[in-house]
Amino acid sequence: MAEMFALEFERPILDLEKKIKEMKLLSGNSKMELDDEIARLEKKVEKLRADVYSSLTRWQRVQLARHPERPYTLDYIRRILTDFLEMHGDRGYADDAAVVAGFATFQGRSVFVMGHQKGRGTKDNLYRNFGMPNPEGYRKTQRLMELAARFQRPILSFIDTPGAYPGLGAEERGQARAIANNLLLMANLPVPIVAVVIGEGGSGGALAIGLADRVLMLENSIYSVISPEGCASILYRNSAEAPRAAEAMRVTARDLEELGLIEEVIPEPLGGAHRNPLETAERIRETLDRHLQELCALPVAELIKRRHARYFQAGRWEKAKS
Amino acid sequence: MAWFQKTKKGLAPKEKAEVPDGLWLKCENCNEIIFRKELQKNRFVCQKCRFHFRIGSRDYIELLLDEGSFREFNVDLISVDPLKFKDTKRYTDRLQAAVKKTGINEAIRTGIGTVDGRKIVFGVMDFEFFGGSVGSVVGEKIVRAVERAREQKYPLVLVSASGGMRMQEGMFSLMQMAKTACALSEYAKEKLPFISILTHPTTGGTTASFSMLGDVIIAEPGALIGFAGPRVIKQTIGQDLPPGFQRSEFLLQHGFLDMIVDRSRLKDTVSLMLKHLCD
Repeated sequence: MAEMFALEFERPILDLEKKIKEMKLLSGNSKMELDDEIARLEKKVEKLRADVYSSLTRWQRVQLARHPERPYTLDYIRRILTDFLEMHGDRGYADDAAVVAGFATFQGRSVFVMGHQKGRGTKDNLYRNFGMPNPEGYRKTQRLMELAARFQRPILSFIDTPGAYPGLGAEERGQARAIANNLLLMANLPVPIVAVVIGEGGSGGALAIGLADRVLMLENSIYSVISPEGCASILYRNSAEAPRAAEAMRVTARDLEELGLIEEVIPEPLGGAHRNPLETAERIRETLDRHLQELCALPVAELIKRRHARYFQAGRWEKAKS
Repeated sequence: MAWFQKTKKGLAPKEKAEVPDGLWLKCENCNEIIFRKELQKNRFVCQKCRFHFRIGSRDYIELLLDEGSFREFNVDLISVDPLKFKDTKRYTDRLQAAVKKTGINEAIRTGIGTVDGRKIVFGVMDFEFFGGSVGSVVGEKIVRAVERAREQKYPLVLVSASGGMRMQEGMFSLMQMAKTACALSEYAKEKLPFISILTHPTTGGTTASFSMLGDVIIAEPGALIGFAGPRVIKQTIGQDLPPGFQRSEFLLQHGFLDMIVDRSRLKDTVSLMLKHLCD
């Protein structure tokens, strides 16, 4: 079996787990007296896990948010929704594989679902452009959100992108306008919108499908105005200072909950979403369902009023004393 | 020290005054030596090559509004430091330095003024203040300006000059993109025009929100306008960018601007457009 990718702080835990597994195999075969040793190691790994994951730095959470084994949008769509019909194309230029979108059934109700899609492995990642959309990706969601509104289908959005793609073609085809148009559309869309950040919330490229009535974040996901590397290269003139930038910008789910910018943090299983994707999906399903039910009970005018109020209060300032 | 370990000095960008002081100055584009008073008279546009020097918010107020008509509002909104942000300097220190350097409170000024006698709500960003970056206060001032225009039924004219969202306020800054879009979505329901004027430079989240949402989008010649900065794109694709990339003329060609207007005709153009749409 291929060795699992491991972050530096995951390595000791994974090593111990592997050792326990091997010993269990051995003892299972020959009834050797390994039970005590296995119990001792299991206790040890449990404590190690608790220690590591109770004191994660912001940078460690950034690493978890970008973990190559982390579940992506389509993994959750397959797990949480049924009858998914993926739809393609912006009807103007192309289909963007960095964004997936379509209609599906969620808890017995038809919804529109969209999200950034990262790839697994090099080939898939090239196909998905590492989850970095071009303008046509945003225009695909714009077209389909309008359709969802016409048929009064609530919208679920999964956010997981390093950012909108900074390329020649993207600029030529109006990346800025594509993002701005999505914001304007979502500001007034007469259906409930719930966004959940499942990995990386990379700046405007994330927000472009993230203007919502409720914004939820997985515990080890991040959301920031600029990538920690980008911030570090500007402020410290060195992108290797990214961990410092992540601290300064306060990019984690708990940070943003404390700052009052998101509605809820969805706890991940110990070790992160990739250690138990099924359990993670289940928690997302339960939380999404709760928020969606609340929103669906609101009259449209009230929904839009609250959505605007949500964003109008986002910001801190004071009045100068004259 | 071996020669290959020597690092070149003098490549760091110098602090540059907006339009440098002195009696004479050189056009950044064609190297023409220009008498300062002459340049001033010509709205800081080189008469030889039409290069547009960057000008500040005061200059645009003078340029676009009838003399003495500007009544600024929300001047007293000032930034706080919600993240206790510190890099090599504290955010609060950087803010103080910006106020001292520019004599204004924030990277945008908003108010009511008249264009050929027509009342408008006017907002103008100032790149000299923190690179025109958008934090909580800039977002709030834009929202209040948009609301004022909607309530009083005035057209809205906004001049952008901005490097994007302000990192030092983290996600509060990013939220200003959504916040201004919410205000503009209400404004768009009225029969009122929003004229967005893009000047050098307008990039990042600013372009990706209110600047690109104008009913009419006008740019000054040669302005850098884009989402990602040229340096980031160059790094990502690993090749040099074509000449003129992300300049006004490039955007016009690709369909993202209504027109490019020379500074000398900017007021007349805005005035005429307002007449076409509002009278």
